[in-house]
Parts: sequence; C-alpha cells; structure tokens
Amino acid sequence: MLIPHPLLGLRDAQEFTCLGDAALLNRPDGLADPQALTDYVYLRDNPAGVHRELWFHEQGDRSWLVVTRNTLTHEILGAELARDVALRAKGAK
Amino acid sequence: MRLSGGEIDRSQTLRFTFDGRAYTGHPGDTLASALLANDVRLMGRSFKYHRPRGVFSAGSEEPNALVTLRGGARAEPNTRATAVELFEGLEARSQNAWPSLAFDALAVNDLMANFLTAGFYYKTFMWPRAFWERLYEPMIRKAAGLGRLSMAADPDAYDKGFLHCDLLVIGAGAAGLAAALTAARAGAQVILADEDARLGGRLLAESATLDGAPARDWVAGLEAEMASLPNLRLMRRTTVWGLFDHGVYGAVERVADHLPIPGAQVRQTLWRITARRAVLAAGATERHIPFRNNDRPGVMQAGALRAYANRFAVSPAQRVAIFTSQDDGHQTALDLIAKGVEIAAVIDSRAEARAMGEYRLIAGGQVCDSRGRLGLRAVQVRHGGGVEWLSCGALGVAGGWNPNLHLASHQRGRPRWDEAAQAFLPDTLPAGLAVAGAAAGQGETAAVMASGVAAALRALADLGLSGRAPALPITEARSLAGQSLWHVPGKGRAWVDFQNDVTVKDIKLAHQENMRPVEHLKRWTTLGMATDQGKTANVAALAVMAELTGQTIAATRTTIFRPPYTPVALSALGGGDSGAQFRPRRLTPSHAWAAAQGAVFVEVGQWMRAQWFPQPGETHWRHSVDREVLATRKGVGICDVTTLGKVDVQGADAAVFLDRLYANPMASLKVGMVRYGLMLREDGHAYDDGTCARLAEDHYVVTTTTAQAGPVYRHMEFARQCLWPELDVQLISTTEAWAQFAVAGPNARKLLERVVDGFDLSNAAFPFMACAQLTICGGLRARLFRISFSGELAYELAVPARFGAALMARLVAVGADLGATPYGTEALGVMRIEKGHVAGNELNGQTTAQMLGLGRMVSDKKDAIGAVMSRREGLVEEARVLVGLQPVNPGDPVVAGSHLFAQGAQQKTETDEGWITSACHSPHVGSSIGLGFLARGAERLGEVIVAANPLQGQQIALRVVPAHFVDPDGGRLRD
Amino acid sequence: MRYSAFRVLKEALTGHKGWRPLWRNPEPKPAYDYVIVGGGGHGLATAYYLARTFKQARIAVLEKGWLGSGNIGRNTTIIRSNYLLPGNEPFYEFSMKLWEGLEQAFNFNAMVSQRGILNLCHTDAQRDAYRRRGNAMLLAGADAELLDTEGVRAMYPFLNFDHARFPIKGGLLQRRAGTARHDGVAWGYARGADLAGVDLIQNCEVTGFRIENGRLRGVETSRGYIGAGKVGVAVAGSTSRVMAQAGMRLPIESHVLQAFVSEGLKPTIDGVITFGAGHFYVSQSDKGGLVFGGDIDGYNSYAQRGNLPVIEDVAEGGMALMPMIGRARLLRIWGGIMDMSMDGSPIIDRTPVAGLYLNAGWCYGGFKATPASGYAFAHLLATDTPHDTARAYRLDRFARGYVIDEKGMGAQPNLH
Repeated sequence: MLIPHPLLGLRDAQEFTCLGDAALLNRPDGLADPQALTDYVYLRDNPAGVHRELWFHEQGDRSWLVVTRNTLTHEILGAELARDVALRAKGAK
Repeated sequence: MRLSGGEIDRSQTLRFTFDGRAYTGHPGDTLASALLANDVRLMGRSFKYHRPRGVFSAGSEEPNALVTLRGGARAEPNTRATAVELFEGLEARSQNAWPSLAFDALAVNDLMANFLTAGFYYKTFMWPRAFWERLYEPMIRKAAGLGRLSMAADPDAYDKGFLHCDLLVIGAGAAGLAAALTAARAGAQVILADEDARLGGRLLAESATLDGAPARDWVAGLEAEMASLPNLRLMRRTTVWGLFDHGVYGAVERVADHLPIPGAQVRQTLWRITARRAVLAAGATERHIPFRNNDRPGVMQAGALRAYANRFAVSPAQRVAIFTSQDDGHQTALDLIAKGVEIAAVIDSRAEARAMGEYRLIAGGQVCDSRGRLGLRAVQVRHGGGVEWLSCGALGVAGGWNPNLHLASHQRGRPRWDEAAQAFLPDTLPAGLAVAGAAAGQGETAAVMASGVAAALRALADLGLSGRAPALPITEARSLAGQSLWHVPGKGRAWVDFQNDVTVKDIKLAHQENMRPVEHLKRWTTLGMATDQGKTANVAALAVMAELTGQTIAATRTTIFRPPYTPVALSALGGGDSGAQFRPRRLTPSHAWAAAQGAVFVEVGQWMRAQWFPQPGETHWRHSVDREVLATRKGVGICDVTTLGKVDVQGADAAVFLDRLYANPMASLKVGMVRYGLMLREDGHAYDDGTCARLAEDHYVVTTTTAQAGPVYRHMEFARQCLWPELDVQLISTTEAWAQFAVAGPNARKLLERVVDGFDLSNAAFPFMACAQLTICGGLRARLFRISFSGELAYELAVPARFGAALMARLVAVGADLGATPYGTEALGVMRIEKGHVAGNELNGQTTAQMLGLGRMVSDKKDAIGAVMSRREGLVEEARVLVGLQPVNPGDPVVAGSHLFAQGAQQKTETDEGWITSACHSPHVGSSIGLGFLARGAERLGEVIVAANPLQGQQIALRVVPAHFVDPDGGRLRD
Repeated sequence: MRYSAFRVLKEALTGHKGWRPLWRNPEPKPAYDYVIVGGGGHGLATAYYLARTFKQARIAVLEKGWLGSGNIGRNTTIIRSNYLLPGNEPFYEFSMKLWEGLEQAFNFNAMVSQRGILNLCHTDAQRDAYRRRGNAMLLAGADAELLDTEGVRAMYPFLNFDHARFPIKGGLLQRRAGTARHDGVAWGYARGADLAGVDLIQNCEVTGFRIENGRLRGVETSRGYIGAGKVGVAVAGSTSRVMAQAGMRLPIESHVLQAFVSEGLKPTIDGVITFGAGHFYVSQSDKGGLVFGGDIDGYNSYAQRGNLPVIEDVAEGGMALMPMIGRARLLRIWGGIMDMSMDGSPIIDRTPVAGLYLNAGWCYGGFKATPASGYAFAHLLATDTPHDTARAYRLDRFARGYVIDEKGMGAQPNLH
C-alpha cells in the first residue's frame, strides 16, 4: 500500500505503523464520565467501507496521519496530519 | 524426436542427465523439449494414482512434467521441465515414484482407484481412533507430497529491490510488445516483464509470419529498438506473480537459474514494482477435452505440440493425432506436417468441420479412449456410429483458450463468463490495471497487437502523456472459430485435473453428494489445488458441474486465483538464508570495548548487550555474575545502560504534557531533580516505567525500558499530536544520541569525582534523585542523574554517544584502586531483583500499578492516561501484589514461571494464587530469591507457601518476604 | 448414512450409486426456535451441539454463501490448548478434549492429528514466560513439556541452531496439539447437524433483525423473513456489520490475516512449530504442503487479501528459522478476516437485546476453538447460562475491567 503523506507525498505503507480508528483522537476528559472513556477505549464502529484511521510515520517524519481508506477495497481517499484534524476538532468545540 | 529449424542453437551441444541417464540438447531448449528430442515421453507420476505422466504444455502451466532439478543443497523439487532452460551439466530427477519412474510401486493406487474416489478419506480411517496418528496418517503422508527437500540450507544468495514506472507491461508477447513499444516511444517510463527468457511469447511458437517474414525477425527488430530506449526496462525471466494494493506488483527475476551455478550473482531477485498503470498481457492457456484415459504421456495441448515443433524443433512422436473442437487445432496439424511429422488424423468434434490441408479429417468424431502404459500408442475414435483405433505416439488436444487473467483477480475480482468468447473474462479490474491481447479474449494476432496498443494509449492518456499508435506488422489471418466441447461422455476415468487426479467421475460424485458450489467442488475433490492452481483444469470442471446441475457456466461461477501466478521460491521472498543477518544488530557504544574484555553478549530485542565479563579462572557464568554483583556492592560497578529509551521533552507545556502522560505527578518536579515515573495504558494497566529528569523549567529528559523504547515514543507522539496538539511541547528520541552508564556502589561518588570537571558531588549539593548538566574529563558535556537500579549509591552518567566507549574505558581505568568493575545484564538483573525493582517480567502488560505496589502513585487529582480505567472493578479487585520470595531450605532453587499455592492446597487453576516473575541466585542473600505476584501478598509476609513447577517436577517451600532483599530502608541510596 | 471403511468398500464395488448428499438443501421455514446466523465452523458446531447434545429442535443455520465459507475455510488448521490465563485455558482444553473424540462422534474423518505444537523461545525471559504458561496448562489438566535446546534439536534437527540471529534456547511443547482438516471439520458438523434435523440454508444473508420492545422476533434475510425464538450470531469477520443491524457497537475490529501454503513435498515437518523471534509458524499438511503464516497485516480490512510486506516478513521469519525450506515454493496466499477483539479473547454472551446471543471476537484463534465454542454457545442458547469453561467471555468484561489479555497488549486489536 502507498500512503499519500500530506507533506512527503506517496510513501510506502511499510514506513508507517497503523493504530486504528481515528475516533481515538476524541478522547473524553478522563475526570468526567468513566462510561464515555470505556466506550472510547473499547468500542469501534469497524465499518466495512470508508474508515478514518490513524497511521504513524514511524520510519519517516514521525507525524501521525488521519488516513481515509476503504476497508473493503483498500482504496485511499485522502490523508491529513492528525494534528490538524485534532486542532480543528478542538476549535469546533 | 528432433525436427528441422526452430529457435535452438545447434552449434552448441549441452549435456544433461535425467534420472541418471545422460542426454544432450542445445541452447534454446527447455528441459522438456530436450527430453522430447531424446524420445523421453515419461517424465513424472501423478499425485494420487501415480499414473505415468509426460509433458502436457510448453509453458509455466505445466501440471505433469514436474522434476527435482539440481542436486545437493540446490535441489529444487517440483520444477516444471517446461520452464527450465537447458544448461550444461543440468541434473534432473523424477519424483513421487519408487523404485523407479517406469516401475512405481504406488501405481497400485491406480488399481484401487475405485476405492480412492473424491473425499473417500473423510469416510474412513476413523477406527480405532489411535490408529490415525500411528498408522493411517503416516501412511498417507508418506504417499502424498511430490518432490523432496534437500533438508540443507539454501546456499545461494538472493536480492530484493524496488522499481517504479509509469507503465508495467506484463507479458512480452504480441500484445505486450505492442503496448510497451507504444508507451516507450511516448516517453513513459516502462517496464516490460516476461517469464520467458525470450521476448515474443506465442509469436515464437507459431509459423505465422509478420510482414511476410518469420515473427522472430520482427521481434528481433523490436528488441533492438527497445534496447536503445533508456526509458524502457526489459525484464526477461521475470514473473510478475502478484498484484497488491495501489499498483504494487511482486515480481521475481530468475537472474541465474539458467546457469549451472549462480557464481557471483544472486540466484533470484524479488522486485516490488510500483506502477502507475499496468497492462496485463499474459496470454492464454489452452484447455483440453477430458476423455477416457486422456492422461497418458503423449497427450498434450495442441498448441504445445505446435510450440515444440516451431520453436524447439521437436515432436514427441513421428505420428501424431489431433483432437479438436476448434479451427486452431487444424493449424497444429498444418505446422506439424510442414515439419515432416505424420498426422494420423485430425478428429474434430464438429460435424461441419473442413480440412485445411492434406490430412485425414474425422469430422464429428471424438476421441474416447487411449492405450499405452508408459506412453501413448493409440487413441480410440468414435465417429459415424462406430469406433476406430488410430495408432499415434502423441495426441494434440485443442479445446479453446482460457485467458490468463490471474493477476486481474488477485484483488478478488471474480471473472465473468462470456458466452460469445466461451471464456472467463475480467469483470471489475483492480485500479490502474488494463488487460490486453489473448488475456482479454483476443485471438487474431492483429487484434491482439491492436488491443495492446489501445491499452497503452489509454494508460498514456491517464498519465497525461500523448502517444501514437505505432505501425504494426502485416499479419496472416487465421480462423479461430470453435465450439466448446467440455468432455467426452463415456465410461472410465477422464482426467480434468491431471496433477491431483481429479476425473469427471469425481465431479459427478461431488454433484451426487451435494458438494455443488464451486468452492465445495474444489475442496471436496482437490480440483485446482495442485501446483498449477488448476490453470488447465478449472474451467472444464465448472463446465462439467454446470452440465450436471443444469445451470449455465455463468451461474455456476468460478473460484478465484490467488497469488502467486506461478509458485515462488521461499528464498526469494525471504531473502535467502539470512542467518545472523535476519534482523539488524544494534550495538551499544561500549560494545567494542566490552568485546575486547571478552564479554559474553546477549540479544535484548535488536540490541546486543554485555551479559557478563568472564575473568580468568571463572569456569561458570555464575562465578562471573556473583563477582560482578559483589564487586559493585562492595566497591563500584559500571554498566552500559544506553539501551534504555531516552526522550527529550521540551516546551513551555512540557510539564503539563508529562503530567497527563504519567500516572504520578510530574509538573511538581523541581528543576534539577529526577522522579520515578509510571505510565499506564489508557486501559489502566501498567505500560512502562522510567525516570523523568527536569533539566530546566521547559526541559525534561525521560527514560523508558529498553523493550518499550519505540512503542513509548510512538505513544508520546500520539499524545502530543493527536490528544493535546494545543500544548507547546516538542519530543525527540535521543536513545542513540547519548551513551549512558550506571555507576553504582559505595565508591561511585569517589570514582565520579575523578572525572567530573570540578562538580560538587557531595550529598548536600547533589542528593539522591538530583540531576545536572555538567562537563567531565576536561570539557566533555555530560548529564548526570543520581538514580539507582541496584539499591546502591548510584549515578547514571550520559555523554554524547561517540564518547561512550572512551568514557567506559576511562572509568574502569581511573577506578582501578576503587575496585571499578564492569558488569553486564545478568548482574544488573540480580541487583534489581535483590532491590525489588520491577522490570519486563513484572511489567508484562497484564499487571497494574496496584499489583506492582505502586497503586498510590496513580493520582486521582488529575486526568492522566489510564487513571480512570485503572479504577475499574476488575482491576481494583485484583488481589495479587508483588512480594519477595525466599526458599525455606536455602539450598532450594526459586524458579521463575512457578505458580504459587497455599501450603496443603490442591493445585489447580482455581486455587492458583500467583506466580514467580523473576528469580536469581543472590550472592548478597546467599540463596536463590525471587519476585512474584501473590494474592493478598502484603498480608502474608512470613507465610510459607508452595511454588509449584509441575513442568519440571518441582515443589518448593518458599517464605513470603518484603520485595527488598538489600537495604530495605534505602539508606545506601541517600548516603 | 453411516460412513465406514465397509461402506467405502461396498460403494466402490457397486459403482458409488449409494452415496447420499452430505446434507439437504432445505427451503427456509417461516420460523424456528433457534436461528444460527453464520454457517462457518462455529455456527455449524453450535447447531450440531444444540440438536445432538442439548436435544433442541426447530433449528436453522443461515449462511450468506456456502457452508464453511467463513474462516474455517481459510485458516492454518492448528488445534492446541496452550493458553496461560484462567479465563482461557480451561475453555481451550475443553475444546481439545472435544477434538479428541470428534470424528467418531460425528462420523466424519476430519483428520484430527495430534502431532504436537512446539513454541520456540529465544531469551531467558521468554522461557520464564513459557514455564509459567506450561505450568498453567498442566494445572488446568492439559499437557505441556518444556524442552531445552537439545530437546528441540532432537525433534527438529533442521532448525537453524548454528548461525541464528536469535538462538533457540528451548521450547514449550504440547504433544496433544496438532492440526485438523479445516473443511472436514465444517463438513462433519454440517452433516451431523443435518442428520439431526437442522436446516442448513445456504445463500441466505441476514439483512436485518426484527426487534420489538427490546426483544428479538426474527431475522430479515435475502430469502425473506424468518421468525426465531432465539438467534445466535456466529459470523466472525463480519460481526460488527451484522450486529450493527441490531444497533450494537462492539469491542471488535476486522483485520486481515494472510496464510500460505507451499507446493506439495514429501514429509519434512511432523508437528507445528512457531518461531519466537519473528512472525512465523508452520506445519505440513497430509497432502504435503507446508502450511504457514505470521502476523496480521495490521490495518482494518474486510478485503480477504493482504499485502506484500507481510508476505516478505513471514518468509524472512521462515528462512531465519529453517533455511532448508528456501527452495520450496510458495503455491498460494490467501487472506481471512479476523474479529480482532480488544483483549485478544472471544465473546460468548447474551446481548442487551433479549433473544439475541453473540459468539465473536476469536481473533486468529477461532479454528481450534470450534468444538468448545459451538458447545458453549449451544449451552448458552439452550439453558441461558454460560458453560462453565466460557464464563469469562462476557461482553461487559471490558467495562468492568475483567479483560483476558494473553499478550498483555491492552486495547489495541492489531497487537493481539
């Protein structure tokens, strides 16, 4: 697979480590609701289709990316820096 | 027998052996063609019935002529004789036959065939139960399998590489050549790969001319132009075997398989080709028509007969018959006649068939049986209401062509049946892939070439390049009309899958037993599961099943092909016998120094660490380790601890960041001080531990365990970039940048005083858990941490990595009178167990802060990763906690991995109270000691329990003690 | 019809006219007491035990494709009970005991072959961990032996002992472990269930659940509505998709695991061997192919196929461990979709919807569990109480903190 790194262009997926669902960006405040944290840690949509997921460019520039990928076809629809996505989400709150 | 002409070089003679007998051939021959030239038709035995088998094809689809090539450690089982280029001294042996190919004892299976039908083994061999492993299975295993491994390591070298191109053309036949030429002339970066040693594909197998000349002339002209184009890479002997995501193709180049030995070259290279576009021009495979006893040596694809005659100048026999349902079969007759081979008859199943030349035509006839134990002698033909035996030494069967669209289905695209083409054609294609030529169902050479050009032009357009259709040669028109005949009905066994011995009867039985879906059919009968993945079998089998169920072939559907297209050597995929080079070796800065001291090294992840430093007279590792421990506890020891992960954390929010990362508070840490830190995973379990040193308000250096250095750094970056991107904090891993040494023991301060540049090491100025940046040895910048893993007065001293070895040598040299002793990981481990520090065995990902006795460190005043989840019922109720364990009888061992039980308790899962995590011989205590997790351990100090190690027959009485065997009050640390 | 050597003999002599279909192709009935969703190994085994052991009737298995098309049709066939944790080991040992009498019970030779599994260790810490595990196995009534280097050499002299990057220091051996013919297991259970009256309905995809007032009434399928007293879902790989139709989110991700088989070779490797310093395990099938595999690809996938890096990684592991396989050739690669659960252990439990039961989360270890999984799920369906050995496989263990994490990797499915 090839990952379209937003800064570095197409990179071999071997350079990356995959973590999983990008919902992991949305960590609830740990002091608030334990149930929300349980759902955050353990439950996944796990869609058969478009999936937003976190990849770490471990053998590269060490940025975390949010890659949008189809889990049925492995087609990649886009990638952006996770940091940008997270900041945007925080700004929206 | 050898014919005239062909693409072989008669000026040279190559000697080779088959089953020990010497033969000769010529360059340009394959092993199969050379054997045929020497009138060898019998080349193998089938898998199940051990039926005599000869060559069936002239290509990589060969199901029958499998041999073991070469000898010794280079022996290569199951090699297709049809795809082996002949070389001087080639040695091949038949396989799956005993005592000899001609007289195979297991051919008795053929007599018992009626008992050995599809799936028979599922219905018997069940009684008595114990006989399966003892009798039935060993018997089956011995009989099964094909070739034999040498059992010696592969002696050859292999390579791997990456290639990138605009267009990958797979197959260098008419379509592939046209496509590659079109794209290369347009300036695209093109790779043209073909499994054959020669360009041309089927063009070399045909008598048809191009521009009025033999096709090889046109190919040669093209080859010359292609060689001059720098943007075209010709890859002969290269099989593109797999299609993966995003235009990545796996290919194997057989660099030296055509040579007696590779010499200085690698044998094969695995290429990962990233192609923006690709054209699959892999041609087509001719299918046969099952009839009774259609598997004798001499029965082969008609197109293969033609290839042998035209390209290799051989025929398996002087007198040959053709069985066809296609006009194409007649072409074989014409080509053979032109080469002086006698045609017994062309048997065409179509009543309306017309002869195309001077030969006997039996129109509306069918071959329904054959004779010849070790090779075809005659075929029985049914026509006009009667039967007739025709003597012949070979039979060419022409049943139409199956497009080679295997790669097109590697992403699980299921081909669809095309009624007009009478073939499966690709349906949805993987992104970037186009199919051209015979692989796309084209037949006529002109159409094949045109489709190659068209595919290339489309690819060029996609790539934003403009191309022009090249002038194509004038081709001869040939009729390819035909009518599918799927099998000849009748009694007896008609083979569909030659290698695995699947017959039409087996398919009928599968139908009768309701194993009708194609996947059931395949699995019940083993159809298509041989080394050819059913290339010559599957479509016929589906057609037979369709006939039985009354469904169409389209509705019956097909199984899909899996990678690889043809089998790939494991050495090519795995890079050969990598041995000690299997993974990189990371060396510590003092490695060379330690090696010079005679250190014994041990693998710690990818690192090699000094395990101990044997001294003269020490005959057992324990001598060395005990000495190192005692020398450290009495004087001073030095250990390279560079492998511990180090992460530099800087920024205005560094303190806030670390506060959220560690379970215990870090923001409150004073500048110039160090704190032990425990990280939890978000699920509340202990993740990793280390130290946090605050060098400045906005600057920390944290350490991780050796094993978790990578994952913890990744985790920290996750927290920084994904969870709290608003924080002003930067991270960098500095594990390799700093060499770090533990200097431990009562003389540690005295030793360090000799290297620091006027730095005040007094307890008042630099107390326990202090840290500082300083210079040593006259200006070398360094970092000093007063931390201890051994329980002694101890420091860790870090210098830029390139000075690590020198520092190690200096410390040992200047500390000689203080007893300075280098120690390895064993002594390190012993001292940490004696002190009760946890390490990997305790931090195994299944334990909690509470179990480690660190529960109170988890702050409930802040939101830190894992804190909330660590308070779940299941984690809080976990009763096992870390304790020290000491044998009641001091001579008894303490063995890690033993389970702990109350005295007198019945030992079973339900009464299990814990386990021993770490154990060692403690020279300090004078006995074995251990650490372990014991239920309610804190309340059981002094109790005698049992350590059960039934695996090794041990039951040891242990006393539960605090997990501090040295200096429980920590006085030594603080002195 | 009973299968036996005598029967094979008789049929051979009478033209094989008497062989009956392995199972019927029934039309779905309007309603059943039990509907099992998923005609893979676990679903078929569940139906078999429900009918045969728990004496229930009016049972259907709904399969969207062909019987056995789930992961039982694409795995590396290993059976073993070499687990560490008390939540797992008794369950897998129960499964092993069921394997040991399975073929005689369902009258089908599934080629259960106890030729042993050897897990190699390469460091002292790994050996300590194997000792702990081996002892846990013995304490649960399973068998285990700890071998030193020489013990390993005596069994498998062709392993790389002389120039290894990570030397072999020993291994944990379970002699009762081994392999079974995966399709045979599916067919044996299917035939046994069919003979006990279970309707096995192929090409019948569940497209929705009919739930009224929190209680399940039946399932919508591609072949119409089917009423059901209780529905058991056993659709590993597709669990999230199917259960989303009941409004549930699960602690599961779908991942692809590739598996490999070589060309047929004369017997070389007797039992199962796993490499402890790389991702590689191998056995040799009765047909002669080396059957091997390694790690999952590591990204979420429903594609049933993987990529080249893992193929190379597995081959590198194989070459490092046993360089004599280098001139054998890889014949076929395939991929299966794994229900990777959040702690690496399965779920057999009721769900918040009354009448809806779940069997899921088998990661890449579902094949060996097939008998016990079917038995325990049937037990739960028939009695509404968990089977003794499957009590830990609760759905609420994640929220409550009773995870069963054999590898100690935490809530990251692609590390289990």
